[in-house]
Amino acid sequence: MIHLQEVSKLYRTDRVETTALDNINLDVGKGEFISVMGPSGCGKSTLLNLIGLLDEPTSGKVALDGKAIDRYGDRDLARVRNERLGFIFQQFHLVSDLSVVDNVEIPLLYRKMSNKERRRAALAALDRVGLSSRTRHFPTQLSGGQQQRVAIARAIVGRPGILLADEPTGNLDSQMGDEIMSILEDLNANEKTTIVMVTHDPRMAEKTHRVVRLFDGRQVQ
Amino acid sequence: MIKNYLKVALKVLGRRKFFTFISLFGISVTLVVLMVATALLDQVFAPEAPEVHGDRTLGIYQVGLRSEQIAYTGFAGYGLLDRVLRNLTTEVPAVERTSILSVQSTAISYLDGKRVESWFKRTDGEFWRILDFQFLEGQPFSQDDEKNGHHVAVINASTRDRFFGGKPAVGKTIAIDGQTFRVVGVVKDVPVLRVVAFSDVWVPISTFKSSTYRKDYIGNFMAILLARSRADFPAIRSEVAARLKAAEAGIPNPEMYKWIFGGADTLLGAFSRVLFSTNSLADSHPERLLGVFLLLMMLFMILPTVNLVNINLSRILDRSSEIGVRKAFGASSWTLVGQFVVENVFLTLIGAGIGLILAAAVLSTLNASGAIPYSDLHLNGRVFLYGLGIALFFGLFSGVYPAWRMSKLHPVQALRGRQV
Ligand SMILES: Nc1ncnc2c1ncn2[C@@H]1O[C@H](COP(=O)(O)OP(=O)(O)O)[C@@H](O)[C@H]1O
Ligand SMILES: [Mg+2]
Repeated sequence: MIHLQEVSKLYRTDRVETTALDNINLDVGKGEFISVMGPSGCGKSTLLNLIGLLDEPTSGKVALDGKAIDRYGDRDLARVRNERLGFIFQQFHLVSDLSVVDNVEIPLLYRKMSNKERRRAALAALDRVGLSSRTRHFPTQLSGGQQQRVAIARAIVGRPGILLADEPTGNLDSQMGDEIMSILEDLNANEKTTIVMVTHDPRMAEKTHRVVRLFDGRQVQ
Repeated sequence: MIKNYLKVALKVLGRRKFFTFISLFGISVTLVVLMVATALLDQVFAPEAPEVHGDRTLGIYQVGLRSEQIAYTGFAGYGLLDRVLRNLTTEVPAVERTSILSVQSTAISYLDGKRVESWFKRTDGEFWRILDFQFLEGQPFSQDDEKNGHHVAVINASTRDRFFGGKPAVGKTIAIDGQTFRVVGVVKDVPVLRVVAFSDVWVPISTFKSSTYRKDYIGNFMAILLARSRADFPAIRSEVAARLKAAEAGIPNPEMYKWIFGGADTLLGAFSRVLFSTNSLADSHPERLLGVFLLLMMLFMILPTVNLVNINLSRILDRSSEIGVRKAFGASSWTLVGQFVVENVFLTLIGAGIGLILAAAVLSTLNASGAIPYSDLHLNGRVFLYGLGIALFFGLFSGVYPAWRMSKLHPVQALRGRQV
């Protein structure tokens, strides 16, 4: 489902050259739930961004569903992200100017469907994360845990095959973190959603099928 | 989709009140100025009462007379125009009517011992048939009145107020410029910007005290020609040009002038002939005058547009997270450009709405102030369309570049909240 082959990522600034990822090989199968661990700055987010087609590798190959994406243009990349991927960020990244339900509708704006269908799908996704009663609120009126649940609803509203979560519980206390984790486990178990989750928390990593460890841009183990 | 965009747009506007105010202020003030300017131009050039047939009217507004030594540029004399127009309607069927009229001048009257100035214009009878004045009482004088030198006059409502206390004036007499006229009609005031029609008092040309004007080539007259359709303009123009040329043979003072320049123009063409002609009115280039108007408008609009571009760019910083999110969830760069342009057009249309209301207020204040005599400035459909066009110009030009910059933001950087 996700296939990374000899993937490296260099960041060049004026003088320094940072190797964020060094020759990574990774395969994630359909329905797998893996976690990515490692110290800060070791390249976890970079890895997730490459899988999420938000960034391009300096060298190596990234393939989703067996299709290499290196020849895709802006429009095709956008379409693949829209149909195949869902993102969850540590900082939630909700659009503060939009209500909860309008936020959840965002991915569907880039698909051909009626406003009614969009609304129905967004409400269903919010129901799935237990937020049916907060649809008209604005993000700032919600707790951190609730905001992250809105973000999950937004990530799953388009029924993508792959969820990419970058430290989804990093900004939450442990009880809220557990709530988020159980939603992800539920999605993985019942919807067969493939999940790649970056985390610092060994307790969270334990609950996933497999742990990928990075150190200084290299895969360890 | 659009609804979602507009929701965000409204929120962004509300959140950044200062920037919103500056943008809206810039747009609406610029629009007010432009719309007042177009309303003024409209009052001069648009085919509205009494110049209802303005769109198929040509005029010989100014002429040039030259020799190697001297050049005259200005209004023509009656003799020249009379010669050029004689039998024109019978020989050139495309010409429906022609009229000769003087440029209005001020004339003095004494009312109860007080000196009163009025605008005074001499016309023939056809004048009243080409132009469509609104008569409050009576009727115009006729070609017969003109031929026989009847001392009759048409006055406007303001003059009736001044001379007759607003009471019915037809049949009464009015003393002006040392002559006495019998009032035969009263018309609604005509705005001063209607250069052909405007006056306070209109009398037959033949009431001139002396008849020397009948021979002059230089004077204070102009002529208008009503074509059956605009399609006839080229034919009429070349006929008039030929007749002006032929009139060189009759120049009353051939020792002074040899050649005649000029032609039949639209009003716009006449202005540009005076402004741009390199050779004593030899050629008219209405498109150049239009070009200058457009250029001035553009120049005037560049400042607020640049201002808007800057404001829009600064809005990017605010919204990088939103851009990152939208990209991550499937917006292509073009979709984002579309979103921000829609937002910006929406903003400028709000500005246009405010500008429209302000412009209407300014125009009615101008009308009421009497700064422009008898002005009847208004926002008609045409001026409104100009305004809308201008607003769209703003919306598109000030939105596209910032939108493009926004859309080029790298999604990862955008999500990090990096500066552009
Ligand atoms: N845009 C960038 N320019 C330069 N260096 C970067 C950029 N993004 C990340 N890096 C560097 O790449 C390395 C990996 O970063 P990241 O993937 O964010 O680490 P993690 O998510 O594991 O904390 C770090 O050393 C970071 O400083
Ligand atoms: Mg990170």
